[in-house]
Order: sequence, then structure tokens, then C-alpha cells
Amino acid sequence: MSTLTVGRRGFLKVTVLAGGSLLLGAYFEPVRAITGKASRAADFMPNAYIRIAADGAVTIIAKNPEIGQGIKTAFPMIIADELDVDWKSVTVEMAMADQAKYGSQNVGGSSSTPNNYTTLRRVGAAGRQLFVTAAAQTWNVPESECTTASGTVFHRSSNRKLGYGELIAKAATLPPPDLQSVTLKDPKDFKIIGTPVPNVDAPGIVRGMPMYGIDVTLPGMLYAVYAKCPVFGGKVASVDLAAVKAMPGVRHAFVVDGASPGMSAGLNPGVAIVADSWWYAKTARDKMRVTWDEGSTEGQSTAEFAQRAAELSQQSPERSVRKDGDVDAALSGAAKVVAAAYSYPFLAHAPLEPMNCTASWQNGKLEMWAPSQGPFGGGQLAARTVGIPESDVTVHITRAGGGFGRRGFNDFMAEAAWIAKTIGGPVKLLWTREDDIQHDYYRPGGFHFLKGGVDADGKLVAWHNHFVSFGENGRAALTADLSASEFPARFVPNYALDISLIPLRVPTGWLRAPGSNALAFVMQSFIDELAHAAGKDPLQFRLDLLGAPRMVTDPPGAGGARGRRGGGGYDAARMRGVLELVRDKSGWDNRQLPGGTGMGVAFHFSHRGYFAEVVEASVDATNLLKVHKIWIAGDIGSQIINPSAAIGQAQGAALDGLAQALGQEITIDRGRVVQSNFHNFALLRHRQAPAEVEVHFRITDNPPTGLGEPALPPVIPALCNAIFAATGKRIRALPISKQGLRVA
Amino acid sequence: MPSFTLTINGKQQSVDVAADTPLLWVLRDNLGLTGTKFGCGIGECGACTVHIDGAATRSCSTPVSTVAGRRVTTIEGLSSDRSHAVQKAWIADDVPQCGYCQSGQIMVAAALLAKGGKPTDVDIDTAMTNICRCGTYQRIRTAIHHAAGEV
Repeated sequence: MSTLTVGRRGFLKVTVLAGGSLLLGAYFEPVRAITGKASRAADFMPNAYIRIAADGAVTIIAKNPEIGQGIKTAFPMIIADELDVDWKSVTVEMAMADQAKYGSQNVGGSSSTPNNYTTLRRVGAAGRQLFVTAAAQTWNVPESECTTASGTVFHRSSNRKLGYGELIAKAATLPPPDLQSVTLKDPKDFKIIGTPVPNVDAPGIVRGMPMYGIDVTLPGMLYAVYAKCPVFGGKVASVDLAAVKAMPGVRHAFVVDGASPGMSAGLNPGVAIVADSWWYAKTARDKMRVTWDEGSTEGQSTAEFAQRAAELSQQSPERSVRKDGDVDAALSGAAKVVAAAYSYPFLAHAPLEPMNCTASWQNGKLEMWAPSQGPFGGGQLAARTVGIPESDVTVHITRAGGGFGRRGFNDFMAEAAWIAKTIGGPVKLLWTREDDIQHDYYRPGGFHFLKGGVDADGKLVAWHNHFVSFGENGRAALTADLSASEFPARFVPNYALDISLIPLRVPTGWLRAPGSNALAFVMQSFIDELAHAAGKDPLQFRLDLLGAPRMVTDPPGAGGARGRRGGGGYDAARMRGVLELVRDKSGWDNRQLPGGTGMGVAFHFSHRGYFAEVVEASVDATNLLKVHKIWIAGDIGSQIINPSAAIGQAQGAALDGLAQALGQEITIDRGRVVQSNFHNFALLRHRQAPAEVEVHFRITDNPPTGLGEPALPPVIPALCNAIFAATGKRIRALPISKQGLRVA
Repeated sequence: MPSFTLTINGKQQSVDVAADTPLLWVLRDNLGLTGTKFGCGIGECGACTVHIDGAATRSCSTPVSTVAGRRVTTIEGLSSDRSHAVQKAWIADDVPQCGYCQSGQIMVAAALLAKGGKPTDVDIDTAMTNICRCGTYQRIRTAIHHAAGEV
């Protein structure tokens, strides 16, 4: 949480580099040390670096991997503003993976901004303070008479000025400023934060400059593909390696036993083929004669999951997660009761740059280049995989062609490490798109059996969900859980959540807005059903459900068992704020739409962000669905760091949700994934995108939080509710393309 | 191994590769032109788009043997100094998020604008069949309109 970083103790370290540049490194006490005993000096870790050259050029190290979320631009903006230098004087340099040096470099959970915003401001401000002190001492004037702008300290009354570059020698002799007590700018004085700054890598991107993992090229490098059993948990039974090695361009071919039964985020079993070019390696693989030992999971199928879920819905639930009031009594006393079954499929991530990693093995050490959302952990995994100390692995962080959570798993780094060690040289491992779609960590499907009741006044009084998910021994699979505090828990007096689990042997994992990307569809669609049952306007029904503007929390011990994420606060005022904003911006109350056209609304709170969205869509006589426009209202706190990137993230998240809803589905048959590439796992295209996604931020007095994820979840139910408004057809299962509607 | 002489970005180059090797891999692995990207390998996503005799073409599905004697332009050859109207508009409108698809998007947009005139939204939707996984479509449309005003 951002509040933790506010109280974080730290200090600035100043070093003069060869060539006369000044390096400012900030050392912070790790968050875990704060709560415990007194910290030792060794507990302090640096997590930001600024280099100032004698000519005043400023280099800021971007510490977190860039996957399209804009953090490589946003973090340096924060530092540069407090340092008080011009953005045009700043060069951004990507950090190496080194958590001892930079602190956590994981990206995910929309956590980069809330975890770093205040910290990075302090780093920049401490740098500025250092130069102010240096100038004041040089001129023998009080610091209070000095001002800064554009990387220069001014003493106005004597008309003197010194650039930061000119102050390096003096600054290096000073005790570094205390990071805790350093004065931060009044946000109204920001010159960079809050202004639209283009993506720092855009000039290179539009020229096709090498910067992604897939672009890494080393002298003498070979190219590898890695074939795995199509059934999860399977391994090689037999393979004609001699025939593979005889194919054009092939240098090496070998079986890898793997380090686990084949479902881990580590080294899974397979066959490695290494050749002079990637095309030779891939061609050899296509012709390879291999027999797989499919293991024990070949019986799994999507059809079986659905059948099992239907059976479980008729039985007593495995466990109760939450029980408020008396749901059964409230349902029998309700004026209207609605029962509905909702479901959604497994999904793949499919970032456009396929998984890849370049690894070089030399003298018992590994050097790696990886597009990863957890590059430091990837290096640790590689070290474990090949049995060398972590200190013998170096990881370069490359720009990544999308992440969406997939690159939080470093299986491809383990594979590259193993192949590099085995061949004893540099190699680039590149997966095919088919490898990517069929060996992912999937967003799990799920089944919700719901009953809701409204009273004679149209108020929601009862909500019962029997959630059939995946997992075993009372533990849901990764991202297949449902928290005890998930909305509308705490907003309905009689509320019960039960969970039953189906055992699963398909790897699951975080997909952009994990959990929320599926749950918002279910909750906000069913709320819509209840609004219509109550005869209420769907948006007003939601405002009534949120109730008075207040923070809603669970008292300790109340409400029955708590999920792992249970108990967090839900700010009804912030959600009301964005719901009212989207109502006004979309013209909801005055909507007059032609036949076959409808508007739908939904909201969702996730990743510390409050979002409400309206979708306008139409369905024509041939059942062709078209999305016309999307309105987004979001509350991510007091400051939008980079409005250009922020609007882009929100628009992209909405289109991502649209793609999921319209046509995406991963199905399992005989233990393997049926889909293989973009012809049967559909990403959104230009012609399907609405003409406009309008984004509005509601600025509130809360710490700035992240934006990679929370704009996604509401768009799916808002679209489904728009389809209902247009046609009277309720979408209770995704994707929409399987529900009798055609998608352009 | 057969040898093919190609004209890439105005320069004649010879490569010795199997005849079925897609142009994409010749560009990336033999000639070091990594701006052209691999996304799907089946011509669906368009990340690999180059110009062949001026026409936007998916290089992942174009065998090198069919390209001999024809004029190939890659993203690296669109301009020497990112001065092409499409490249300028892409930066001015802050189009890229992850950026991986954008060299392909830019090549299709450049071919569309080379036909002259000002494309409508429908023209853009029809021509731009490339996938952007980040969902930058709205800005791509805007940038194409802006670039069309300058071409």
C-alpha cells in the first residue's frame, strides 16, 4: 500500500563516477523491516538511481520492466519533476535485474505506482535539495534564498545561477539529504507529473530499433525451439533424435526430463532442438517423430468440467465462505426472486511477442536477456534449474511485447537456461504462437449458481452464490478463488457465498485484473437482472445498492469465514462518484436510442481503483453485434501521472475486456488445449473496436494508484447489459460469439 | 543451399537459405533487420508486415523464393530519420503501448496513405487488419488521419 512507503526510512548516497558524473542512489529500508525490529545498515536497499553529467545531462534509471504499461516513462517523470529538471534533458536507461540494488522489480497487480510514487518523489526531491545546498554554500547565501528550475539553482537577488552539472564537485562533498524530511513539491507546482508525455521508447519503436527480447542477437548465437507434450503433465516417451539431428541446419537435439511433473512454472519436460536459424529449428520440430507419455490428465475436458459443475450445483456446497443474515428466509419473503447460472471459459494471455529468452553459458556462468514481469525471480529460477549459485546469473531486462500477467511466470527462462548450459554457448529460445496458446497459465473458467431477491420496494435484500470453481482440498487453484468481501458482499443484508471445487490439472495464473476479469461479469450482470426484476433503472438501482457515501469494512470476526483477500475496505463514496460521473458523461438519464440499440452500465473495484463504465451497442436483424462507444469513469486517486499513457491504458483495458467477452475461449479436450493460434483464439481487430472510448478521471484525495488493470473488469458486464437493453437477451455465458450473436 | 538475391531497403543482398524460408526469418535472422516482428506465423496478426513492390505483405507467410528480384521495404527502410508522416504521427499521437505490433501497423498505414487521398474510418478498418493486443486502435485511426493531412 502506498501509505507504507510514506513512512519508509531511507537515505541518499552520492558517488562521483569516473568521468566526473554524479550518481545519486537512494537506499530504502525494505517494507518488511519496518514492522519488525530495528534495522541494520545492511537492511537498506537502494531502489533508484540518477546520474548527472558535468554538462547537466540527466540519466534516470528505470527500474521496473516495461510491458506496455508505461512505467518506463512514468517513473522517470516522477523523479525528474521533483529533481526540477527539464524532461527534454532526461535520458531513460533500463536497469539490470538486481533486487539488491533496486528493490522489487516485479511488475503486476497494478502495483508499481502505489508502491513507488512517494518514494520516487523523495529521491528526486533529495537530489534537488543536494544541489540547492551545494549552490548556497558556494555563494555563501541562505538556502532559503535559492530556487531551482530546469536543472539550475538560482540566487535571484544577486542574479547568479549554477547548473546542476556545475555543482557536482561541491555536491559530492556534502552529507546527503535525509529522504524522510526532504520537502516535496506542492502538486500544483508539478511541471512534468500530470502532463502528457509520449512513451520514451516511441522514437525507437517507429523505426523498428531492436529493444524487445526477441531482438537480442549475440555473436555465434544459435536458435532453439522447445517441444512439450500437448497434454499437461505429459513427457517424452520416445523420439527419433538421430533423424532430427540429420535435418538441415540442426546442431543439437536432446530430451529434457524436466524438474517437475510438467505443470510447474519451472523447467517442464520436452525436446530441445537447436539450429543455425530459428526456421531450421522449427522445421525440424514440425517433422520430428515423437511419442508422448501423456500421463494421467488426458481425461480432462471442458465438457466434463461443465457437467461436473452442474452436478455439484445440485449438491450441498463443499464449504461456506460467508453467511450474513438469513438468505433462505429473505428469499422466501422476497417480492421477486431471480435464479440464474453464469459461466465463463478459460482464457490465454497471448501477448503479441511470443515467449522467448536469450541465454549465454560461459565458464559456468549464465547471462540472460528476458522479457519478463519478474526478471529477478527468473534469474533465481534459472540458477536453480541449472544448479549454479544465483550470483553466477546475470539478467538483462528487455522491453516486452505485452505481458498481461503471462510473463510473471518464467518457465521460458528455465528452458533457455537449460538449453544454453547443455550446448555450452549462446542461444535464443523462441516459442511458436502455438506453444504460447497451448502452454499458458490460464485464466480459470468458473460457474456461479445464483439466487437473488428484491423486496416490494425494489431493494436488493438477498443474494446467494454457489460458486463452483477449480481446486482441491479446500484450496482454490491460482486466481480461481472468490473473496468473502467481493461485491456485493457487505451491501446486501442477507448474503451467502458457498464454494465447491473441481480438481484441475491445467496450469492457471494471473490474467490482467485476475479474478476481477471474470467476477465483474457475473456480479454486475446478475445485479442488472435484479434491477430489471425490481422495475428500476439499472444505474439508479446500483446507486441505491451502494447506499450512503461511506467506507464499508468488515469488523474483525464478523460475517463468517474470510477469504484470503477478505476484509479490505470498499469506499462507497468513491464508487458512487465514478458511477455518477459516467452517468453524466454518457448522457444515461436522457438516452434515446433507436431500436436494437442499448446502453449498459457496470462498475467494479479492483487493484485499488474504482471504475464505472457504460457501453452502447446494437444488434441488427441478422444478430450482428456492434459496439458503438464506451464511456469510462475512474478514480485512481489524487494524481494522474501521465495523462496520455493513462487514457491509453484505460482504453486498452476496455478493448482487452471486449475481446475476452466477444470471442475468446480456451477449451480443453482429451487433456490438451484445442485452440492454437489467432485463427481460433481471437484477438480484437480494428473493425471490432468502437469508434471511441471516452475516459474520465475523477480526482480524489487518495494516494495515486495503478491503472494497468482496474479499467478492464466493468466493460464486460456493461456490454452484456447493453445487449440486454438492446434485445432482451441476457448473456449468462461467455464468450458472446457462442450465444447466438455474430461479432463483426 | 540455394542462394537468393534480394533488394531490401534499396540495397541488394544475397542469402543462402532453404527456399521455403519465410522472408520474415531471412530479414530477422540472416540480415539482422529485427524491426519486422513475429507474432503468429500464419499471417493473422500482421506484426511481420513489409512492403513488397509497395504493397503491404505479411512476410511470415511469404517464402523467400517468391521475393527474388522484387523490391522489399522494411520498417528500417521507411525513412532514414523517422521523418515519414506516419512515423511522425505515431509519436505525436503517442500511439505505442507495448509497441510490438506497431512496425507492422505503420507499414500497413504507410501503404494505405501511399495510394493517395484521405482514408475514411471505413477505409482504415478495411485496410488495417493487423492485431494490436494492447488496443491502441483509436489512436492508430487518429494518427492515420493526421498523417494523411501531411502526406
